[in-house]
Amino acid sequence: MKPEMEFFVEPSRCIGCQACYHACSECETHRGHSMIHIEYVDRSQSVQTFAMVCMHCHSPTCADVCPADAIKREADGRVMTARKPRCIACSNCVLACPFGVPKMMSELDLMMKCDMCYDRTSTGRKPMCATVCPSQALYYGPREEVEKLRKRSRIVNQFQFGEQVVTTKVNMVIPREAPSDIVDVTAAMHEPPTGRTITLNVLTQNGGG
Amino acid sequence: MAAESPLTPELLAKFGPLRSYPSGDRVSTMVDPDKLVQTHCCFCGQQCGIQLKVKDNAVVGFEPRDDFPTNHGMLCPKGVRRYLQGSHHDRLTQAYFRDPSSATGFRAVAYEEAIQRTASEIQRIQSTYGNNAFAVFGGASMTTEKCYLMGKFARMCLKTRYTDYNGRLCMVSAGVANKKAFGVDRAANAMADIPLAEVVWISGANVAECAPITTSYVWQARDNGARIINVDPRLTPLARGCDLVLPVKPGRDAALFAGILHLMIEHDWLDHDFIRQYTVDFDKAAAVAKQWNPKRTAEVTGIRQAAIEQAAEWWGTAKTSYLMHARGLEQHIHGVHNCLGSINIVLASGRIGRPGCGYGTITGQGNGQGGREHGQKTDQLPGGRDVDNPQHRQFIANFWGIPEPELPHSGVDCYEILRKVETGEIRGLLSWSINPAVSLPDSQYVKRMLSKLEFYVNIDFFLSESGRFADVVLPGSQHEEDEGVVCSTEGRVIKINQAVDPPGDAKQDWRIMQDIARALGRERGFTFNNPREIFDEMCRASAGGVIDYSGITYEKIEAQNGVFWPCPATDPDGRSIDHPGTPRLFEPGSWNSVARGAGPFYFPDGKARFHGIDYAPPTEDVDETYPLMLTTGRTVNMFLSGNQTRRIGPLVDQYPEPLLELHPTLAEKHGIRDRDWVTVESRRGAMTVRCQVVATIRPDVVFVPYHWGGEKSINLVTISAQDPYSKIPEFKVCAVRIRKSEAPEYASWLEPQQ
Ligand code: SF4
Repeated sequence: MKPEMEFFVEPSRCIGCQACYHACSECETHRGHSMIHIEYVDRSQSVQTFAMVCMHCHSPTCADVCPADAIKREADGRVMTARKPRCIACSNCVLACPFGVPKMMSELDLMMKCDMCYDRTSTGRKPMCATVCPSQALYYGPREEVEKLRKRSRIVNQFQFGEQVVTTKVNMVIPREAPSDIVDVTAAMHEPPTGRTITLNVLTQNGGG
Repeated sequence: MAAESPLTPELLAKFGPLRSYPSGDRVSTMVDPDKLVQTHCCFCGQQCGIQLKVKDNAVVGFEPRDDFPTNHGMLCPKGVRRYLQGSHHDRLTQAYFRDPSSATGFRAVAYEEAIQRTASEIQRIQSTYGNNAFAVFGGASMTTEKCYLMGKFARMCLKTRYTDYNGRLCMVSAGVANKKAFGVDRAANAMADIPLAEVVWISGANVAECAPITTSYVWQARDNGARIINVDPRLTPLARGCDLVLPVKPGRDAALFAGILHLMIEHDWLDHDFIRQYTVDFDKAAAVAKQWNPKRTAEVTGIRQAAIEQAAEWWGTAKTSYLMHARGLEQHIHGVHNCLGSINIVLASGRIGRPGCGYGTITGQGNGQGGREHGQKTDQLPGGRDVDNPQHRQFIANFWGIPEPELPHSGVDCYEILRKVETGEIRGLLSWSINPAVSLPDSQYVKRMLSKLEFYVNIDFFLSESGRFADVVLPGSQHEEDEGVVCSTEGRVIKINQAVDPPGDAKQDWRIMQDIARALGRERGFTFNNPREIFDEMCRASAGGVIDYSGITYEKIEAQNGVFWPCPATDPDGRSIDHPGTPRLFEPGSWNSVARGAGPFYFPDGKARFHGIDYAPPTEDVDETYPLMLTTGRTVNMFLSGNQTRRIGPLVDQYPEPLLELHPTLAEKHGIRDRDWVTVESRRGAMTVRCQVVATIRPDVVFVPYHWGGEKSINLVTISAQDPYSKIPEFKVCAVRIRKSEAPEYASWLEPQQ
């Protein structure tokens, strides 16, 4: 039997190249519209970026708040783009989603979001973003594969937003231990400029900071 | 007489760069493609496999190619959007003469008329000033067949010694260093060795933006427990996930490697058996390293001593490792020395030629490797042969059927060719797939020299900034309009397949070469009917050379998903064999055509060479007038001079215009805020761009990417000093000053990509 394929997001791998963003908008069912969000966390301080796909919540907040019952969760756990005949473009889902996923396409009067490439995955192909991703921060494959390959990480699919606990079909891959936090290039310089000494953990751990 | 056609709204409206976006069949969700063509990306040296969707002789989209073993479907944004370069508004589909009376600066002419004029100008210049008065510039985005034919065309048809190519700007320092240390110029390992390494050392390589898919290999190594060391004056997107960042001052790499070797010797982190059995001249390297204690290394490199010691310990005590570098190490007047320094620490560790033990330079251009293998480089003949070696000359002269004395000797590098334009020694130029007005340093000089030419013919598929100087522009072919081979960053020879036909009068470049040869009445040797015939001749020409392709066929490439050279057709005793290719060089006990069994390296004694070279500072050190170091590089959405990527709308939108990166402390000192206009100025020139204030760069360094032309070109500021061995220009460091500025005039009328 073929192992079940799952979607994994590993932010520590992301290099912000936007291949996922571009590839998503080349997908056959919604060409010209990318469902991916990709942002710098704070470019002034770091090159860290974050790519966001739909997490496909077990109990989707977007669907819960939809006044038109336009958002459906399929039997396999995917949460689909709003159904065109029902969607009233009210943007409730856009505001309510804890991960900020749905996009209001105002030119279409329709909420659109990632459906984990239903057209591709249902025919045995991988989603477009997870196929092209050069860092494999977006990954689609069997769970055993991830456990085997990414030994320094663990897999989570529960998230806490205030009172709300959200369980998702899409998994997040996070470091087993917090990694070193390299903030400022000057921290590893021979003569750091005064007034901005930020230490590199990797050095302090080894007594050199 | 060449001159620059001014940048006018009419010229821009006709030739661009304008941005193309998906429309029609390229945005429709209903298109049923006629075919899917398995080929590769047209951009960088990773040469990702890709499938192009073709409908009605146009490329309308792509589909990932997950079966290709290096990228498994992965692509960077350039690869995803590459298809938008086809059917482009700006595409050259006719030949043109420069015509100052026309509003666009050019007048369309019949293709044959342009060929005739080109031939008659070549004839006029050569009969008046001698054959060497006409020079040729090639490019490493072309297939190896074209690069081979280009070298043959320059030497046998034009009979000029002055041929060179744009790989001169790219990785020649690595090539020279590899030949000096190993006797052969190729990455030693396939990328598959990266995840097997315990330590991955990356020097001067912005892997995430310039070789994006290699990131997955580095992260896999990290997941397997490897430590990743990254040496760069900037925190690049990859650096964020590395274990140790060494923010080296630009141009100080040789000092760093000497300091690392110093610590390896001091702590006896050496593979004595390997050094004894497989290398020579360790003593020379050790003598230099002796002077580089950690304190001095830290002072000179600008890296904290503790970080240097940590790196040395990880490197020194590892059992497996992979060291890679790219232009950050190579584009210096001491580029070759920097690379040799890195090779010293690899050889001292003994970690090469085994699984998980690797070394290699990352190729920048699509065919950066293949483009320098078979003779468009001025000092080289097919098969990696040397144009000044008597036996090599004789072999190729016989092969081409010309008397050996008629085969021109080595000429000069492409920048020196321009200096010979200045002295009047060179009067005419033919350029192919190269955009020197943007890509060469100190570009005011370059543009003056292009204007000084008596005749300049530019062959490309878009009118580049350099094309605007041309007397004749000929429409060449895009990647997807021809077939042929390319050698990837790994040394893997792969096959580009044709998806569509060239539009209008545009021609496959090898046909243009042959048309010029015919018009000159020198068509002998230039009567090929298809790329396969050129490939077969090239493979035979390479037989017995270091870069031996003789056992490679198009079919073997398809069947094996690429073939790593050397791949000879015969065994050492001359018997025919079916050689599988050589993914990993220098394996113990391996045979090569130079050592002939004496050892794994490509010297008669089979041994690799250490080099005792000492650090020397870059050409320009900072002073009170020019207190900062400028370094240049790439962004992930753009490629080289931008002649292709600045026409692809979604890529332009990602990072539309160059931004000067500077550290907050430096910005504060000058009263500069994020996105302010800043003028950066050197002894040669100045340019004004918006800035980005980021804590991810050394405060004594500013960075500007180089993909833009005209007043947005940072090469107005860079220095044309060159490495004495490789002749690579020192793009990576020169002295500059900055000041807060007003919006330049161009901002009021040019689109970002123009
Ligand atoms: S530019 Fe390089 S990494 Fe990007 S898709 Fe093309 S070959 Fe792959």
